[in-house]
Amino acid sequence: MEYTGEQHHSIKVYLVVWGLLFLLSAMSYLVDYFEVRPKELAWFLITAFALLKAGLIVSYFMHVRFERLSLVYAILLPPLFILALTAFVMAEGGYVFDVREFFFGK
Amino acid sequence: MAQHTESLEERVQTLPRGIRGLIADWASDRQTFRVSWGKAMMWFFILSDVFVFGAFLSGYAAARLSAALPWPDSAKVFALHVGESEIPLLLIAIMTFVLISSSGTMAIAVKYGYERNRAKAAVFLTLTTLLGLTFVGMQAFEWSKLIAEGFRPWTNPLGAPQFGASFFMITGFHGLHVTAGVIYLATVAAQVLRGTYEKIGYQRVEIAGLYWHFVDLVWVFIFAFFYLF
Repeated sequence: MEYTGEQHHSIKVYLVVWGLLFLLSAMSYLVDYFEVRPKELAWFLITAFALLKAGLIVSYFMHVRFERLSLVYAILLPPLFILALTAFVMAEGGYVFDVREFFFGK
Repeated sequence: MAQHTESLEERVQTLPRGIRGLIADWASDRQTFRVSWGKAMMWFFILSDVFVFGAFLSGYAAARLSAALPWPDSAKVFALHVGESEIPLLLIAIMTFVLISSSGTMAIAVKYGYERNRAKAAVFLTLTTLLGLTFVGMQAFEWSKLIAEGFRPWTNPLGAPQFGASFFMITGFHGLHVTAGVIYLATVAAQVLRGTYEKIGYQRVEIAGLYWHFVDLVWVFIFAFFYLF
């Protein structure tokens, strides 16, 4: 593809992405509405739908799919550190819960 | 401005793409990001904001996991009465659809801007702004409803007090971003109408779009992890 600095895409791309975003939102809402069980399955589905939506928005609405890799990696790699942060504070949260249960009882 | 962009385009066209392009861009003492400074700076701002919301959502996860009292069931907290029945998360679902729609209209506004279709770009930008205003209005309604029901950042009638802290902090910061975005988009729409971009090009519409899509992106994760989990 020719590099122009401007983004030219057919309106169809945007409408398809828009439709998919509606569909994925509706599906994650239905997972909650029909109380899909076990809980782990519901969490998995909701997270998967959210990641798909995020991917569509970033790739097509924000045109990241059409940018050069130097910009793409600078944008997409640093946020991965948030996963480490989340993992650590979730472990910590579980520990704080155990401590509260131990000292304050039920 | 136009001259500068043109020479940049000419230079970029001669470069390799893909992985070899990545290495070439970082390889020597020269410009790495081959986009305008405005676009690069908006991306850096977005990246920093990703960490702000990442910290909020991580903090919410830690608060929720450590809560000794049961976490309030969001399906019930955010339910709306319609006639006889109570529909869970109805307002949140509508807010989600409004924000996604505004992202769609924003993407189309950017497209028409680059096609030098001033009227259509202005129409879709205005539509995006109005949808953003609708979202803020619904959020104000949601906040008033919860506050009237006794929800506070430090307590609530349904269980873990950490719920209010997470709710007001996360949706409050997101709402602030939407409000700022509405003002930003209204300004850009006015400049489109005034014809400011006829001379300097329509990239500022795309840059405003990046911000707006980011606000939608954050809502995707708030909707999933705060409302649906």
